[in-house]
Amino acid sequence: MTGPLIALIAKLLTGASARWVDCQPDTCQRVYFANHTSHLDSLVIWSALPGPIRSVTRPVAAKDYWGKTMLRRYVAGHFNALLIDRKDIKVHQSPVDLLLREIGSVNSLIVFPEGHRSSGRQIGAFKSGLYYLCKKRPDLEAVPVHLDNMNRILPRGEFLPVPLLSCITFGSPMWLESGEQKTEFLDRARENLLRLKDI
Amino acid sequence: MVSDPITWIFVIGVLLLLGVATTVGQFLKGQPESGLNPALVQTFNRRIRAWWLLCSLVAAALFLPRSVTVVLFGLLAFWALREFITLTPTRLSDHRTLFWVFILFTPLQFVLVGLGKYDLYSTLIPVYGLLFVTARVAFSGDPKRFLERTAKIQAGLVLCIYCLSLAPALLYLDIYTTADISKLRTATPGSDPQVSAYGKNALLLFYFVFIVQMGDAFQYLWGKILGHRVIAPSVSSSRTWEGMLAGSGSAALLGAALYWATPFNEWQAGCIALVIALTGFAGGMAMSAIKRDRGVQDYGTLVVGHGGVLDRIDSLCFAAPVFFLLTKTFFTLS
Repeated sequence: MTGPLIALIAKLLTGASARWVDCQPDTCQRVYFANHTSHLDSLVIWSALPGPIRSVTRPVAAKDYWGKTMLRRYVAGHFNALLIDRKDIKVHQSPVDLLLREIGSVNSLIVFPEGHRSSGRQIGAFKSGLYYLCKKRPDLEAVPVHLDNMNRILPRGEFLPVPLLSCITFGSPMWLESGEQKTEFLDRARENLLRLKDI
Repeated sequence: MVSDPITWIFVIGVLLLLGVATTVGQFLKGQPESGLNPALVQTFNRRIRAWWLLCSLVAAALFLPRSVTVVLFGLLAFWALREFITLTPTRLSDHRTLFWVFILFTPLQFVLVGLGKYDLYSTLIPVYGLLFVTARVAFSGDPKRFLERTAKIQAGLVLCIYCLSLAPALLYLDIYTTADISKLRTATPGSDPQVSAYGKNALLLFYFVFIVQMGDAFQYLWGKILGHRVIAPSVSSSRTWEGMLAGSGSAALLGAALYWATPFNEWQAGCIALVIALTGFAGGMAMSAIKRDRGVQDYGTLVVGHGGVLDRIDSLCFAAPVFFLLTKTFFTLS
């Protein structure tokens, strides 16, 4: 019961409306990758998904934010967050392997390939994690997700949200082409995400 | 519960009118070869839907406790402010000011209206709110375009929250007819002037919303039929002098014809309807100017998938304080 309630509160707070452009909600295994402007991003995308898909989707969230207080840990536990420690990444325990182990053959992921929150409307360069995820699991559909106005609802460095309206756009799925290089793939993914901004 | 026949006649009349409009809209939608612009039919149908929503909102006031109406108007105002601020560019340093505007001033204004504290709700936003916004933005330590930023937030607060909150505030007035007021004023202390208050405040709120909405419709309609002289083409290409005058005139006639539902006589009802139709028109113009400045067609397209509440209630926001104050000045004892 708590999951749907958290999703409802998140939707009311951010007035988020989801648009699916050239893409349909599906329970197949996906990696949703989005631009990152606010700590609420992972929660909001997860909430925007239809119920059955929500239950198999795990957002990747920063442990230093979502693990900090009792309430945040509680909320994170109920939206299936995979808390990743950004400071403590070991060579033998790469986060990509960890994520793939966690999702198994059922779950989908929500990731933020910029790695950190950008402060404005720009979308920064992508880190390589998305490429390695798709390389190790070529069957995963990578779905670009554009978040609009979230940076005004909860900007960097603020802890209280302002309930403005935001919009979430899901774009058409993409896959790693055979022989595609890392930078090519990451550029293509970023282009796909940028294109959603103006639809 | 409503047992008053006048209220029932009014409500049933409005329902019939809306029913006819809906039927016409659906009929036109099903006739693609009618030669009418399909976009026009779509706009018409969207407006009808908004009218149903607004009318159910004020009809609820007839049957539910007035505090429920205050809460419903509060939600409407909250949503309008969300749209207003989302459309208005603010700087990151305005974040905490906005937080207090949404979390403190918006609910507090409607709580005070619900408690009937006129002295407090009439000053909360125009005095304390405006001072707070100015000071809080200064405290944020970002002087860039200071006046512009404070003015934007203040405009949102006044137009969406303060103005709209005065519509449900009508429910808390002790309204009399002007004849009764002069009786009460001249009555010697101790004697009983034998008058009773109007008492059907919810019906008056319904009347107000209905006249403003019909004013919108008449202005649009007359603008299409007679309109030649566009008032300000770069602000609104469809608002004409002819539409404004003929539309407001029609609204005044309608208002006078419906005087029996109000505490006003025919002339008073006609004049008040004229004034609120004109202020409603002015509200539409002002919101249009804000939208053009931001380069959007309407608030609905700003965040795709949202209804554009502000597009529908812009005229109400402007007309509500005028109607409230006219009623309070001339038809109550204060």
